[in-house]
Amino acid sequence: MILKLENVHKKFGNTEILKGVGLEVNKGDVVTILGPSGSGKTTLLRIANFLEKADQGTLQFDDLHLQLGQVSKKQMRSVRMRTGFVFQNYNLFSNKTALENVIEGLITARNIPVKEAEIIGKTVLEKVGLASRYDFYPSQLSGGQQQRVGIARAMATEPEVIFLDEPTSALDPELIGEVLNVIKKLAIEGTTMVIVTHEINFAELVSNKVYFIENGVVLETGTPQDIFYNPKEKRTQQFLQRIRR
Amino acid sequence: MNTSIISLLINSFWQILVPGLEITIPLTLISFFLGIIIAIFVALIQIADISVAKHIARFYIWIFRGTPLLVQLYIIFYGLPSLGVQLAAIPSAIIAFSLNVGAYTSETLRAAILSVPKGQLEAGYCAGLTFIQTMHRIILPQAFKVAFPPLFNSFISLVKDTSLAANITVLEMFMATQRIAARTYEPFALYCEVGAIYLLFCTVLTKVQIYGERKLNNEW
Ligand SMILES: Nc1ncnc2c1ncn2[C@@H]1O[C@H](COP(=O)(O)OP(=O)(O)OP(=O)(O)O)[C@@H](O)[C@H]1O
Ligand SMILES: [Mg+2]
Repeated sequence: MILKLENVHKKFGNTEILKGVGLEVNKGDVVTILGPSGSGKTTLLRIANFLEKADQGTLQFDDLHLQLGQVSKKQMRSVRMRTGFVFQNYNLFSNKTALENVIEGLITARNIPVKEAEIIGKTVLEKVGLASRYDFYPSQLSGGQQQRVGIARAMATEPEVIFLDEPTSALDPELIGEVLNVIKKLAIEGTTMVIVTHEINFAELVSNKVYFIENGVVLETGTPQDIFYNPKEKRTQQFLQRIRR
Repeated sequence: MNTSIISLLINSFWQILVPGLEITIPLTLISFFLGIIIAIFVALIQIADISVAKHIARFYIWIFRGTPLLVQLYIIFYGLPSLGVQLAAIPSAIIAFSLNVGAYTSETLRAAILSVPKGQLEAGYCAGLTFIQTMHRIILPQAFKVAFPPLFNSFISLVKDTSLAANITVLEMFMATQRIAARTYEPFALYCEVGAIYLLFCTVLTKVQIYGERKLNNEW
């Protein structure tokens, strides 16, 4: 077990968005989180990386046990140093080239010499098919290319878990494939990932565990076989029917 | 215009320009530089949401934007001695100008920082960077580009505002002109002349601004 969230509660104002959600990730897992819009998927991922503060709950990351309500800056940073995050809208650093985006975490946060970091950065960018785009600024890249830089940035630090929040949902349909292929490659290599996605065919292909979240609770969890072909809950069946259409 | 006025303008030109180059410009540059340093801190304190410091920052901005610069100069130069703090004229002017500029430009910077999408700060955190590192490497460079034109506005204003230092015995361009005018009884010609020199300074700065903006826009 590398990551375990338990009993996570989160309110925005008076609305309780997460009502005791749990999530368990083992080394090598590719976990898919599925659920209707507004069910709290993004919030859950953000809580796991402390971009959002939970009201209650625990997070276990490897040997670290944290109470989510009271995490110190130092603890946040130590978890973030061991994880990666891919955002729905990329969030690339606009003032940095593709390569600079990828190596920023290496040189600034991990004090790796620039020359060494550039070698790593180029290798990673090559892996996501952007060997010819090192010196391009985000504004000069297509959405699919930007998201691949986003993935490369998350990979470069060799994190133990990568969180991906709807990595393809901001993309034009013809660009989705190139990004999914990169993620698939990572999955094959055994990268541990937690992916929020509506691409269920893709989820079935790459993931070994699926969580279905609705209304702030985990309604159902199981293998892709279980969830996609034998969902127990009526709400899960209805949801799948809706997105399969 | 008779020839004596023309020769007066020519003679006085250097007498006005020299204090301009020796006092007005250095006073502007030093005060603006210090003002920007103050502004960066004051803006960051507010963005980082440091509770007590944030209130102090807002209080500082409130005071220095809400009172006339001339009053601030008077308090520092003529007022503080009665509290036992005696400062020479030029240091007093530098303190007043930098605090005043700091208050205005911190708001410019704060708005510029907020104009950078918040996701980039989060992406910085996720890459393992600290708040300060992300600000320094990612957010401030972008904010600076946004803030550049309004900061330049403040800079140009300051060039002219330094003339207020004449009131606290700083012998800058304007006071030099006052002295010549008192001697020669030609206020109209001389004040027009010093106005033209300020205009010249500001015209040069406007060119610098255009050049700077073009450079910044080519960057990314
Ligand atoms: N910062 C915030 N302030 C107030 N409400 C918020 C905030 N962030 C999210 N919410 C609310 O919390 C709920 C859950 O949002 P969240 O983004 O986690 O949903 P989601 O499952 O990711 O949805 P989607 O599939 O549309 O991305 C939504 O109703 C949203 O409006
Ligand atoms: Mg979401």
